[in-house]
Amino acid sequence: MFPLAFVFVAGLWEAYKSVGPEAGGKVLGIRLLPRTADRAMPHVWDMTSRLGRPEVRGGTEAIWQVVAAATWYSFRVALVAFVIGALLGIGVAVLMARFKVIERAVMPYLVVSQTVPIIVLGPLIIGLMAYGSRDLVSKTWIAAIILGVFLAFFPVAVATLRGLQSTPPASLELMESLAAPWWRTLVKLRFPAAIPFIAPALRLAGAAAVVGVVVAEISLGVPGGVGRLILSYGQDASSDPPKLYTAVFGAAVLGLAMALLVVAIDRQLMRRHPPEAT
Amino acid sequence: MKFTARVRSSLAVILPPIVLGVVFIALWQAWVEIKDVQPFVIPKPSAIIDALREDPDLVVKASVVTGVNALVGLVLGSVIGFVAAVLTNRYRLVGDLVNPLAVTVAAVPAVVIVGVLNNMYALDSQIGRRLMVTIAVFFIVFVQVAKGLRHNNPTQMELMDSYAATPRQVLLRVRIPNTMPFLFTAIRTAAPIAVIIALVSEYFGGTQDGLGSKISGTLNGSNKALGFAYVVGGSIVGLLFFAGSSLLEYLVVPWQRRRVHG
Amino acid sequence: MEAVRVAGVSKVFNQGAVNQVDALVDIDLDVRKGEFVSLIGPSGCGKSTLLRLIADLIQPTTGEVTVNGKSAHQARLDQDYGMAFQQSGLFDWRTVERNIELPLELKGWDKPKRRARSAEMLTLVKLTEFSQHMPWQLSGGMQQRVAIARALAAHPELLLMDEPFGALDEMTREHMQAELLRICRETGTTVVFVTHSIPEAVYLADRVVVMSPRPGRITATVDVGLGRDRNELTREATEFYDRVTEVREALRGTHVGDVVAGLEDR
Repeated sequence: MFPLAFVFVAGLWEAYKSVGPEAGGKVLGIRLLPRTADRAMPHVWDMTSRLGRPEVRGGTEAIWQVVAAATWYSFRVALVAFVIGALLGIGVAVLMARFKVIERAVMPYLVVSQTVPIIVLGPLIIGLMAYGSRDLVSKTWIAAIILGVFLAFFPVAVATLRGLQSTPPASLELMESLAAPWWRTLVKLRFPAAIPFIAPALRLAGAAAVVGVVVAEISLGVPGGVGRLILSYGQDASSDPPKLYTAVFGAAVLGLAMALLVVAIDRQLMRRHPPEAT
Repeated sequence: MKFTARVRSSLAVILPPIVLGVVFIALWQAWVEIKDVQPFVIPKPSAIIDALREDPDLVVKASVVTGVNALVGLVLGSVIGFVAAVLTNRYRLVGDLVNPLAVTVAAVPAVVIVGVLNNMYALDSQIGRRLMVTIAVFFIVFVQVAKGLRHNNPTQMELMDSYAATPRQVLLRVRIPNTMPFLFTAIRTAAPIAVIIALVSEYFGGTQDGLGSKISGTLNGSNKALGFAYVVGGSIVGLLFFAGSSLLEYLVVPWQRRRVHG
Repeated sequence: MEAVRVAGVSKVFNQGAVNQVDALVDIDLDVRKGEFVSLIGPSGCGKSTLLRLIADLIQPTTGEVTVNGKSAHQARLDQDYGMAFQQSGLFDWRTVERNIELPLELKGWDKPKRRARSAEMLTLVKLTEFSQHMPWQLSGGMQQRVAIARALAAHPELLLMDEPFGALDEMTREHMQAELLRICRETGTTVVFVTHSIPEAVYLADRVVVMSPRPGRITATVDVGLGRDRNELTREATEFYDRVTEVREALRGTHVGDVVAGLEDR
């Protein structure tokens, strides 16, 4: 159904372009309709063909190669951020499950993190990092990882804790009757029982890592990343509109690739669990 | 005896996070003082409080702008998402078309989508931003309500069958009310996202009176204390949205809070 | 005219496919007006299927089902029966009172009439103080009482029940059985009651219909004959135990003599 959906969207896009107003339009006095001039909404064909042409006039590489390389770069960065964030999240959740004091202390902040737009702290973290070490300034991709970790950590921590705490009491009593120590119970019972909670959170974390990395790349112009391309192509947007969209395709592919990865992880983790009713 | 026991247990719950928060802020303040960190790198907590106290109106005004954008988008997106899910429930094709789109939109970083739409709309008006929020909320609500509509309580369906009820009666009296928990859970999920999108959509230029533009402006500049004050404002808006939507869920569907995992 | 007549009925699911199931074969059953009939049998004997055939929720493959002299289909359209299931199926978003009014709303009754009738039913099931409560505030037994009140709201002459007390604990079950008997005596309703429990089947019914699976059919009918005035003492009477034993043996498909012989063979 995926390809059909995209064809449908492309069709809508072109259809609107042919009938919509050039300078954007008003519905009930509100400027609701987007601009249809080629500058604002390039033709679908223009966007796809732009992929084949070189990045800069007279350059040798086709732009899709540039975008693909940048996407791959950003993907690896996001992947690292995702893994670190997930491991940290799980680790903190285990600590919280073990020590009630830690749980009580940290829990409100975890809850708040889910409701407050922490993405706004992006520039701050980057600035902090720059202060922390002079040579880190040059390695801006570290900032991207840090931001990705920051955003991925919270959903994993919240969900893992909830999963660890929702072990069926009957099973816990069984382990107690077998005189199993806490860490053994964790490994053999709580953790496996928490997988159905952790798996969906990993999906969110994957997407969050991508967002963090892309935002960092855009704000810092991290060389080699797809965010940097969006930034620089965006500046050319008035002269070469489809160029920007090629970078956007790259970012979309990045997001989708991560989504596919986390879905695969999800399936692998859940293969032994009974199918969910939902 | 009972009273002190209760006091003790409430303290045990409230103290740790407060202690953690206080220690964190104290360490922060100390570190900035001791290391003589320049205020343009990271401000002292006391400077943030000063900024807030000096001119709270600044923060409040910006918060209201962004908050209203998020609210309009949240309400519109929820209504349209709900109606669309109900209408398209009859036609599987529509669901099959929208679902991949919803998945894609969820996968692609929001920032990028906002950027693209900025190109199409010139987000110099609040309208564009509200539209962004509406679209994001729409997808969340649509997917959840469509899912809820597919869940049918077999006993209730048999019951309605035994009443020789028409499909319309079944829809109105059974299937839509059964979807309410899904709808309000979706709204609760979408509320923080509405705030985030409202904020992020301001990064791309246009009228600079919302929180997002103020935050990016000040945090990238030198008055970081004020920037943080705006961040505090943004956090409060986020919390308000969350609290409001949770309360709404509690009031309207008291029998099933949090039926769906996340 | 019987309240319910099932004549030569069979029901086959997935006819011709590899997973074909002969749920019911050659069923003949007559239920007199005001009679209380229990259907009992092991899983797969088709008792719930038979109930749903009477309710016109599914249609027979062969044979005919008549309710009140009409086809089962017409009886459903005319709302001649009320139904109760193992899950109470109450609407969480409606008060107890409005839950009971549901069938009346669908029939187009106006508000004052509906209110009066639901108040009447609440008195009948002894839940008047709970009229404004929400279903999730009530216990399982109380929820089922509301479901029964709803089933009787339109004063149908026939009540079809599919293990309505199955999810309740034993003590609540016995209490609900007594209540159900009282209500049915007062209203003179005909009842077809599906159950897994032998004592329940005997305590409630005038006649117990025993079924067996593969394929589903009626193997025996036991006349209970304990009279109309039953109470807690009835459960301790010798005749009650005799009937329970009779039903149990019919379910096993053996008689006393065979049991003794069987023991010797082991």
